[in-house]
Amino acid sequence: MSDVPSLVPFREKAKLLDAEAVRRALVRIAHEIVERNKGTDGLALIGICTRGAVLAKRIAEEISAIERQAIQVGALDITLYRDDLSRIAPNPIVQATEISFDITDLRLVLIDDVLFTGRTVRAALDALTDLGRPRSIQLAVLIDRGHRELPIRADYVGKNVPTSVNERVEVRLREPDGRDEVVIEERDAS
Amino acid sequence: MSDAVITKDAPATAQWTKKDLLGLRELSAEEIRLLLTTAESFREISLRPIKKVPALRGKTIVNLFFEPSTRTRTSFELAAKRLSADLINVSASTSSIAKGETILDTIKNLEAMKVDIVVIRHAVAGVPHAIARHACASVVNAGDGSHEHPTQALLDLMTIQEKKGQIQGLRVSIIGDIAHSRVARSNIWGLTKLGASVMVCGPPTLVPPQIAECGVRVSWDVREAIRDADVLMLLRIQHERQEAALVPSLREYRQRYGIDTERLKDAKPGVLIMHPGPINRGVELDSAVADGPHSVILDQVTNGLAVRMATLYHVSGAAKLEGMEP
Repeated sequence: MSDVPSLVPFREKAKLLDAEAVRRALVRIAHEIVERNKGTDGLALIGICTRGAVLAKRIAEEISAIERQAIQVGALDITLYRDDLSRIAPNPIVQATEISFDITDLRLVLIDDVLFTGRTVRAALDALTDLGRPRSIQLAVLIDRGHRELPIRADYVGKNVPTSVNERVEVRLREPDGRDEVVIEERDAS
Repeated sequence: MSDAVITKDAPATAQWTKKDLLGLRELSAEEIRLLLTTAESFREISLRPIKKVPALRGKTIVNLFFEPSTRTRTSFELAAKRLSADLINVSASTSSIAKGETILDTIKNLEAMKVDIVVIRHAVAGVPHAIARHACASVVNAGDGSHEHPTQALLDLMTIQEKKGQIQGLRVSIIGDIAHSRVARSNIWGLTKLGASVMVCGPPTLVPPQIAECGVRVSWDVREAIRDADVLMLLRIQHERQEAALVPSLREYRQRYGIDTERLKDAKPGVLIMHPGPINRGVELDSAVADGPHSVILDQVTNGLAVRMATLYHVSGAAKLEGMEP
């Protein structure tokens, strides 16, 4: 979910992570997931569309390399569970949820690019509950920018970034965007 | 498995801004693709243990059917329920329309009860369009006379895309009662907009020559329609819409235009057999073909549900856009 939907032009204020820093953060998160869960038994990763799903695939590759064992990955679209659907128009584009395994009794790690208000994660938790009854759900994010509006906290964080509500954190990834980087943008006052 | 995720299809860039879905003639290729992409995303919901998402929670939908229907009505009903909307079925025979109330009055009364979407089927062409101009609620055309049946064409397009990978460049033959068929007309608009080459075929009494103006080729010879076709779309001979005897007999129709395994020998190996239902078995389509390996008739029904979910989802969003939400 984009952070601040707006037609006001934004301009880049600072680069938070370059491609190498993104890679290192994901490698560290992969190690932390394996350590905390004592391996990969009964573990699966669920990425929130679009960029969380890309990150989930990358973290899964790292975990497979560390543990020499493949780990299941799924993509979750939370659009239909958004709490602002009755307020926004036109309705946002829905992408496919692709989880080809039963999540019941699995330990899931939910993965997204940016943790902000927590509303996306709330929607994702509701969506997952409709798909089955996982044993537990943990949360991994590349960027935690604060300003939570719901009681939600990440278990694994790539980078904590203090931001103002008016700023926007843009995560760009090779697959959809051509390059890996995280930038912070502010409203163009001019 | 993990390769199957995400960026496979670039998300459609178009936005849906129309309050109503009245026909495919009014839609751009981009808008049609957006509905198809959304429908593909919705297909997975029907495979879940809990086949329901909260997207249209609190919305009210009325099915207003002035003509008999099983497939379309139940499909819209299930679509509404899987999106968590509330749905009411009104059929003409049991409503005040039987007492002489005008359709517009019926709609205005339904709106007074804060209905969000009206799904309407009527024997007269243009009725959904007329209602859409006067109603604040979204109007979805579920078939108007011989004019359009947009969700049927969308589910046909979705099925072709699913089975053939694309629509651009395919040859599609529509065979049967073209003159009375709203399914044919909506499909002609949709298929030609997405780049397919369309041929219509049937007895001269059931194929109006002016149909060529829609950008299709016309043939009266079913062998020509079968040869080179990637998709054969059979239509039902509609007894109820024929005042005069336009076909000498069903037996003769079957002999000249019916599809059986013998005729299918001249078709391409991967040809798709489609039919909007209900099938007159042994007339336009032999049972061996209808239930055979080329038939995707039941896939059409499955996709119909997803297409109707996508339609309800998008018109409901656009109604907010116009600030016309009742």
